[in-house]
Formats: sequence, C-alpha cells, structure tokens
Amino acid sequence: MDWRQLWEICSAPDNVPIVGLIPLLIFYIYLAWKQAHANDMLIEQLEGDAALAKTHHRKTWPFKPGWQKEIHVWPFLLRIEFLAAIIVTIILMVWSITLNAPLEEPANPNLTMNPAKAPWYFLGLQEMLVYFDPWIAGVVMPTLIIIGLMVIPYIDTNPLGSGYYTWKQRKFSLSAFLFGFIILWVSMIMIGTFIRGPGWQWFWPGQTWDHNRLIYEVNRDLPDIFGITSNLGKGIFGAIVVGGYYLLGGFVVYSLFRRYKLKDFTRMSLLQFSITQFLLLTMVALPLKMGIRLLWHIKYVWITPWFNI
Amino acid sequence: MADEIKSSNSNVSSGTTPASGTNGRNGKNGKVGLVEIVKDDIESLKTVIPAKAKEQIEDLKDPTKTQVYTSIFRHKHDDTPRNRALGVLSNVFLHLHPAKINRDAVRYSYTWGMGGITFYLFIILTYTGVLLMFYYHPSKVQAFRDVLYLEHDVPFGKILRNMHRWAAHLMVIAVWLHMFRVFLTGSYKKPREFNWNIGVLLLVFTLLLSFTGYLLPDDQLGFWAVTVGTNMARATPLLGHEGPFGPQLGMTPYNDVRFGLLGGSIVDANALLRSYIWHCIGIPIVASVLMIVHFWRVRKDGGISGPAPVMLQEEADKPRRGPKAAGE
Repeated sequence: MDWRQLWEICSAPDNVPIVGLIPLLIFYIYLAWKQAHANDMLIEQLEGDAALAKTHHRKTWPFKPGWQKEIHVWPFLLRIEFLAAIIVTIILMVWSITLNAPLEEPANPNLTMNPAKAPWYFLGLQEMLVYFDPWIAGVVMPTLIIIGLMVIPYIDTNPLGSGYYTWKQRKFSLSAFLFGFIILWVSMIMIGTFIRGPGWQWFWPGQTWDHNRLIYEVNRDLPDIFGITSNLGKGIFGAIVVGGYYLLGGFVVYSLFRRYKLKDFTRMSLLQFSITQFLLLTMVALPLKMGIRLLWHIKYVWITPWFNI
Repeated sequence: MADEIKSSNSNVSSGTTPASGTNGRNGKNGKVGLVEIVKDDIESLKTVIPAKAKEQIEDLKDPTKTQVYTSIFRHKHDDTPRNRALGVLSNVFLHLHPAKINRDAVRYSYTWGMGGITFYLFIILTYTGVLLMFYYHPSKVQAFRDVLYLEHDVPFGKILRNMHRWAAHLMVIAVWLHMFRVFLTGSYKKPREFNWNIGVLLLVFTLLLSFTGYLLPDDQLGFWAVTVGTNMARATPLLGHEGPFGPQLGMTPYNDVRFGLLGGSIVDANALLRSYIWHCIGIPIVASVLMIVHFWRVRKDGGISGPAPVMLQEEADKPRRGPKAAGE
C-alpha cells in the first residue's frame, strides 16, 4: 500500500469536494430513507384501515386538532434561512483559510499534464471516453442526460409519491434514478478521481502511480470475432446488433412493464412508453458496453466509415 | 402633539410680538429697533430652542415614529399577525416568500435547504467574483501574474480567491443534492413539470459557469482541463471536424463548433477572453433570468411541494384537482 500516494490524491485541493461528497450523499440517502420508511409504514396502516384514512392528517409528524396548519414565514422560516446562511459562511471561511485553491505552473501547451483531468464534475464523462468514442461520450451522452432529465416529469405518469418521501409507491422510478445518479454518475466520478492515473490507466487505491507503466491490451471488434472482414459486412452486422439490442430490449421492457407495472403501462401513451424504453435501454447500454470491453476486450460493436460504436 | 403645537405657538408669539411691536413704535430710530430685535431674539433662544430640543429628544425615544423610519418601513413593528405578514410581503427581498407556509415545510429533514443554499452560494460567488474582477486582466500576458499578485500582494486576496473557488465547488454539490431531494420527494410531478425543466437548465449553467471559470487562472490545471473538455467538441456529430459526418459537411479545425467555442483552433488568448466573458457576463445573466423564473414558478405552482399528506394506492387514479390537490 502506498499510503502517501493515496493521501496525495485525497488531499489534492480540487479533490476535496469529491471526498466531501461521499459522506454528504450517505447522510442524505439515510435521511431520505428514514422518512420514506416512516411514510411507507403510515401508508400501509392507512390502507388497512379505511376509517382511519378518512380522519388521519396523513403525515408522520404529530398534528393535533386546534393546531394551526400554517405558520408565519417571519420568523419561523426566515430564522432558519438566516442560520443556514451563517453556517454556510462559516464553513466557507474555515475551508478558505485552511485550504488554498490550486494553482499550477503557467499554462504551457508544450507540456502535457499526465493525467490531464477534466474538472471533477465532468470526470464521469471523461471515464466514458475509455469505452466510447468522443462523439458519444462527450456530445451525445451529455445531451441525452440533459434531455433525459427534462423528460422525466412527462414520462413518469405515477401520480403517487408527490411531495413526500416514499419507496414502496415509486420503486421503479427511484431505482432508475438512483442507478443513473449513484452508479453511472457519482461512481464514475469516483473512478475518474481516485482510480485513474497516468495514461488514464487503472491504479487501485494505494497503488503507486507509475508513469512508465505500459499495458498491452489487444482489443478486438465484435465483427472480427464473427469473422466478418468486409466494410459493408461490418456496417450491416453492427446495425443488426445495435438495432437488435434496442428491439429485443424494447420487447423485454414491454413484457416486464405488462407483467409488473400494468397500471403505469395503461396510464402511459405510446410516445411516453417508447421514450421510456429508449432512455432505459441507453442507460443500461453503458454498463453493458463497459462489461464486454473489460471481460472480452471488445472495442467496437458497429463499425462504419463515418462512425464507430 | 396638541401640547407641542400649543407650546411652540406660545413660544413663537412671545418671541415675535414684541419684536413687531418695536418695529412699529420706533420706526424713526432703526438702530435702537435693531438692537432690541436682536436682544429679543437672543432672549428667545434661551426658551424656544431648549423647548424644541427637549420635544425632539422625547420623540427620538420612539424612532419608529420618525419620518425617516416610516418612509422606509411602511408598516408598524408591533408583534401582530398582520405585521408579521407585512414584514415579508412589503419587503422586496423577502417577498419571494409567501406570508405563511405549511407548518411542516420548515422541517430541515424534508427540504435539506439545498435550493436556498445554492442561491446563497450564487450570491457569495457574485460578490467575491466582482471583487476578483478588479484585479484580473483576461489576457495571456497578465492573467497568471494577476493571480500570483492576488495571492501574494493584494490584502485578503488569497482568501478571496479561495472562497470563490470553494463556493463554486460547493454550489455544484448543493445543486446536485437539491435535484436529488426534488426527485426523491416526487416534486417534479404535476404541476411542477416545467419548473423541473428550468432547474435542469440551471444545473447545466451551474456546471458551465464552473467550467468557464476553470481556465481563467491560465495555469496548467485549467489549460489542460479545458483542452480535454473542448476536444470533445471536435467530435460533435455534423458540427465537429472529427465527428460523424463532420468532414463530409466541410468541417475543418478552423470552422467547426470547437473553433466557435475557443475563438481559435487551440486554447489561447481568444479562448481566455471568451471564457472570461461567458463566465463573468454571459452565463450569469442567463442563469439569473432562469433563477427568477425558477423562484417565480415555485410560488405560482403552489409553493414548495410538501411535506404533503400521503396518497393511498386506491386514490391514485381519482382526479384530484383544485386547491385540495395542491396539498392540505
């Protein structure tokens, strides 16, 4: 174990926010889960007792008749905002006094930084560059992430769980979001920050960054494995594989929805459902492509003269 | 008040009546009259001014009644429900809030306070950013030296730069956590779909603000991060010279989308100037406009989403419209 190396990575000033993000995320997931669990218990209780459901105020916090349902913003909210502002200011002050913002040598186009890393919040995308060509990892994926986030309210037709934490009423949408946010976004950033060293090679935490390390990997393309050599054949083969993935995957999503999420399926229009299918399959395609690369050293699935996937 | 008027009246009359009398009587001898008038005025100083001063000092004991105070604060400060509401509604900064909110909405465990913290960090960043602009020239010759100057010579320059940097990182984290909370509480659902979209755009602009600021110190870290970042733009489908169908459409390193971003084919002086202008002027204006819309829509869509009463499975497909659907 090279503790010094590990410490240098974790304490690099620009990595501190990421180190801080881990406990923050754990704390807030715990906080959300605690409330979701309490609400789920309450929902279960009310669904079993119709009479109570009519009279209950339907929150896990206490409420007694005669209590005011609304309170004044001044002072009850403003004092919290004031306190929050003071606490944030203190945290920032202490942070700024104890830790200096990084400043490297003057910019020099002739001296490449190794590893040259993007700002930490884009490291997930940079990590994707290992598995995808830049036009997918750097352009198509960010665009799809933005569009995907924007369509969420229009494809999530489940009316339950609006304005309160719950798990049981929104298992599917929560799992999908957690998969996207925690697995595909945050953990890729963690890999990009803590694991990737010189040459963007994989160094386990504590392993010394060796600037001279070379790894000989023979990557193949999927058509090669099937013995396809002509360009036309590769193009057609890839189109069939990618198209087949979306068609077959779309059918699997349909069959799962029909079986396990019939209510949501009946509420959705065809457009809503096909967008959901496409986004889900694209999301799942990332770990799949990573998997075939890591397990079988397959680089491209679809090869054309203009682009490769 | 009535006493005051009476006493000041009597003072005035006792001061002026003899004076006007002397004027009338000694019209021929102006000099004597003038001395008398002055004497009389001096005499009156002993009574009129102390009386006035005493009154006004009495008035100052309740400053809320002064004209200056009432011109600034348009309502009383007594602790009544009306004044509590007016305190928020008649203040331009506080009127973002409603006068009253759901009693559970102030619970930290529900909102995590991340939206508000994001906004507060934006204010801190604007403040420290403006101060930094006083010491910074966006040119290849000066930029890096300005940062060194700021770190070593400008009083509090180092802490200024540190605060700007760390607040920026904190803002990115706060935006993510805010978005995470909004998703977990289902707050993007009807009627808040549009505001979620504004929020996604604000997320993008927050990241772009941070990214454009990265280049400004003109050091190796920023230079290579921006080089890596903008190299992706080479590969933009159709619009990049290395992207799918880009070359076929006539894209070269000198006319593609990356050239437009950098103002050149490499990260150099023009790129520095462009990122400075986007960072300090362009994006903050757009983000501010979106923030206005975001906050406005929070109020128009019925305030913050909860904590709302839980809904049961059998109520899922019943139409819930009107004010009851919004919450209580």
